[in-house]
Amino acid sequence: MQSSSPLFLSTQTRSAWGLILPSLALFLAVVIIPLIMTVMLSFHDWGQYKGIETVFILKNWYEIWSDSYFHEMFARTFRIAVLVTFITMALGAPEAYILNRMRAPWKGVFLLVILGPLLISVVARTLGWALLFGGKNGVVNMALMKIGVIDAPLPFMFTETGVVIALSHVMMPFMVLSIWAALQKLDPQIENAALSLGASQLTVMRRIIFPQIMPGLLSGGIIVFSLAASAFATPAIIGGRRLKVAATLAYDEFLNTLNWPLGAAVAVLLLVALVIIVVSSNALIERRYKAVFE
Amino acid sequence: MSKNGFISLLFHTLFVTFMLAPIIVVCLVAFTPEGYLSLPTNGFSLRWFKAIGRYPEFIRAFWVSIGLGALSSTIVLAFAVPAALGLARYQFRGRDALSALLLSPLMIPHVVLGIAFLRFFTQFGLSGTFAALLIAHIVVIFPFALRLTLSSATGMDRSIEQAAISLGARDWVVFRRVTLPLIMPGLISGWALAFIQSFDEVTMTVFLAAPGTETLPVRMFLYIQDNIDPLVTSVSASVIAITVLALIILDRMFGLEHVLTGHSDRTK
Repeated sequence: MQSSSPLFLSTQTRSAWGLILPSLALFLAVVIIPLIMTVMLSFHDWGQYKGIETVFILKNWYEIWSDSYFHEMFARTFRIAVLVTFITMALGAPEAYILNRMRAPWKGVFLLVILGPLLISVVARTLGWALLFGGKNGVVNMALMKIGVIDAPLPFMFTETGVVIALSHVMMPFMVLSIWAALQKLDPQIENAALSLGASQLTVMRRIIFPQIMPGLLSGGIIVFSLAASAFATPAIIGGRRLKVAATLAYDEFLNTLNWPLGAAVAVLLLVALVIIVVSSNALIERRYKAVFE
Repeated sequence: MSKNGFISLLFHTLFVTFMLAPIIVVCLVAFTPEGYLSLPTNGFSLRWFKAIGRYPEFIRAFWVSIGLGALSSTIVLAFAVPAALGLARYQFRGRDALSALLLSPLMIPHVVLGIAFLRFFTQFGLSGTFAALLIAHIVVIFPFALRLTLSSATGMDRSIEQAAISLGARDWVVFRRVTLPLIMPGLISGWALAFIQSFDEVTMTVFLAAPGTETLPVRMFLYIQDNIDPLVTSVSASVIAITVLALIILDRMFGLEHVLTGHSDRTK
């Protein structure tokens, strides 16, 4: 940084690389290399007594391909992620819209209340759901029975329903944030113009508001989907030991069964599936809503 | 713009209840006077908060989390600030690919990162050490620090720098006296967000932590896996209280939605 003043003077590419090089080196050393090592690990052999053998075989991949246990597990993982995405969209969009119409100071207060949980430990939030679901005397069941919706307590703990509800709560702030950002770009005058020209509230919603928040809804959907599909703490606590998703299964293989190669294969497959889904839906959205992003 | 009608406000009330219910229930159960999980219907008691003192593993995990968060979010700025300046000021080939790489920890599932780091650090005999946790945390909080410093570096007025240079200031002086103060708001909010991300991280850390280097969320997670009792609710309630306090400070200083969407320029 002393001799040729790379910081401020020239627009040479060299100066930029000089500033970025430390970060680039860090990422090559401790992101790219470990990921490559993990991919390699998924092709290694493992046995209860011999441990990991550094050979190149397709055993783990074949096991995932052929064993219906893994099919079910991956189907469950993506089913949960899809449900959570739709629930957060269906509830998050109206809430973001309502929030946007509020006046100060309520707007700020409730934005803080809704986005704040994002920064609270996911373990603490999931513990809250575990307490709400509880066994027979969980708060949710007691409330539902009191108002007469159900006669007997519903099982929430250790079920997919429970995982979906808790995970929707964990992911909700991401969705609201994304739609909120889209709403900020919306010009309220367009809504007023439509209303003054005699459009009904419903028409305004359908023809003016909805198309404009669509990009926010979709990009929020991508974020929520990928985070929900790889969620760990919430399915581990609410789903328990038997209701496995990709992340909790990989954890089990690594730290309980110690079959690292199989766990690595599950993790790599999850990563590849998510990258394909996210990249292709991003490309689709950008092509469809090119005008909005510019 | 029209006002919210009755149905809107009803929906809003239910929504807020949904968002707050699990957090409030943790805080309520933490004050139970009973020896089992229950809402404090017969008065409040601090016995479970006092009980935390008898479990040194929670106290130790808390300090590991604080140390790890403070160190990693400080070190990450040493990488992120130059990188942000480089990305904000220069157009060059490979720039987009580079910023995509530096933001990639946001896209790679933390469980995959945890596995990759475990594999990597085991190779070098570092698995379970504080150093391994530190490196791993620097990587996962990097995108948060980068985004906020990048947005303030992009938005800053460069004519002041040019004035300083034309008046004969050396590079280092320009950086320390002009650039740094100008990007300071982004730096501080970036540090704070990075700290919170590190403090909350559990999925990746659970793969790397060993007894003695367990962070608080990891300790809580492992405890809950065994059984749920009022002790872990009082620990969680304390974590929630600390986070809410940090949240309010962050919101007052920078505006929470700006910090979360990666823009630190509320004051402009």
